[in-house]
Amino acid sequence: MTARVGVVTFPGSLDDGDAARAVRIAGGQPVRLWHGDPQLHGVDAVVLPGGFSYGDYLRCGAIARFAPVMETIVDAAAGGLPVLGICNGFQILCEAHLLPGALTRNQHLHFRNRDQLLRIESTGTAWTNTFQPEQKVLIPVKNGEGCYVADTATLDELEAEGRVVARYVGGNPNGSQRDIAAITNPAGNVVGIMPHPEHAVEALTGPSLDGLGFFTSVLKHLVGAPA
Amino acid sequence: MPRVVVDVMLKPEILDPQGQAVANALPRLGVNDVASVRIGRRIEIDFTGEPDLDRAREIADKLLANPVIEDFTVRLVETDEPADARS
Repeated sequence: MTARVGVVTFPGSLDDGDAARAVRIAGGQPVRLWHGDPQLHGVDAVVLPGGFSYGDYLRCGAIARFAPVMETIVDAAAGGLPVLGICNGFQILCEAHLLPGALTRNQHLHFRNRDQLLRIESTGTAWTNTFQPEQKVLIPVKNGEGCYVADTATLDELEAEGRVVARYVGGNPNGSQRDIAAITNPAGNVVGIMPHPEHAVEALTGPSLDGLGFFTSVLKHLVGAPA
Repeated sequence: MPRVVVDVMLKPEILDPQGQAVANALPRLGVNDVASVRIGRRIEIDFTGEPDLDRAREIADKLLANPVIEDFTVRLVETDEPADARS
């Protein structure tokens, strides 16, 4: 059976269409979810896409965290539901306390939009299991508030537990501590990533097809996961 | 009716690039004796009844501030005009 991967649309989401498309290209069935609807409609995994949910008012992701759909997702994530937060989705996951730390204004204050090399640091997550350890991938980064910060104890814990999922190489685009581009929760089912794998799934529009690996990974994870 | 004011500031150890940008602009105004600028957010809350500081603290902790990167203070200020009458 084809895995059903939900993609949430918040007011101000931008990349929900591309995320749903990436799911389909990877071989999954995208299911559009609405922020105001607490039902997950039987999806096997969820993507929180990039954009500016609720206009980024107050702090990026701060209002989206209280959306009805998020309450259900927080509970389901505790039960093992794979959740990928991309860019604004990563910010929402941090605000919802599914991931530690926070994303703050880029250190140089400029919005950064470029193709970015990453090194995959953890292939044990639901979203990175089809990558090779240390694999370099090229996917677009585009953010104004992508600077990952956490206290030293949290950073050390992430490193010690192998929960840094990807790091920026060839230049840190936003000042993120320890070049962190993506992290995961202790169980490895929740991943937040600042760059955009959903924009690197087709030769016509992306710098590579490297982004596809995140979506094929979750499909592979779901095949192996208990129902 | 007193108003509740919540001030939210980045924690001292968190870099404030906005504040730095402002500080760096000051010499162009001829101001050369400012050591640092930090930028925060002031939120004014009017309750329908008596102001409730505990409730305001809860609002600040859960929504207005992100305790990972920000500190907040909650205080009462006297006001004798409705919030929406101010320009």
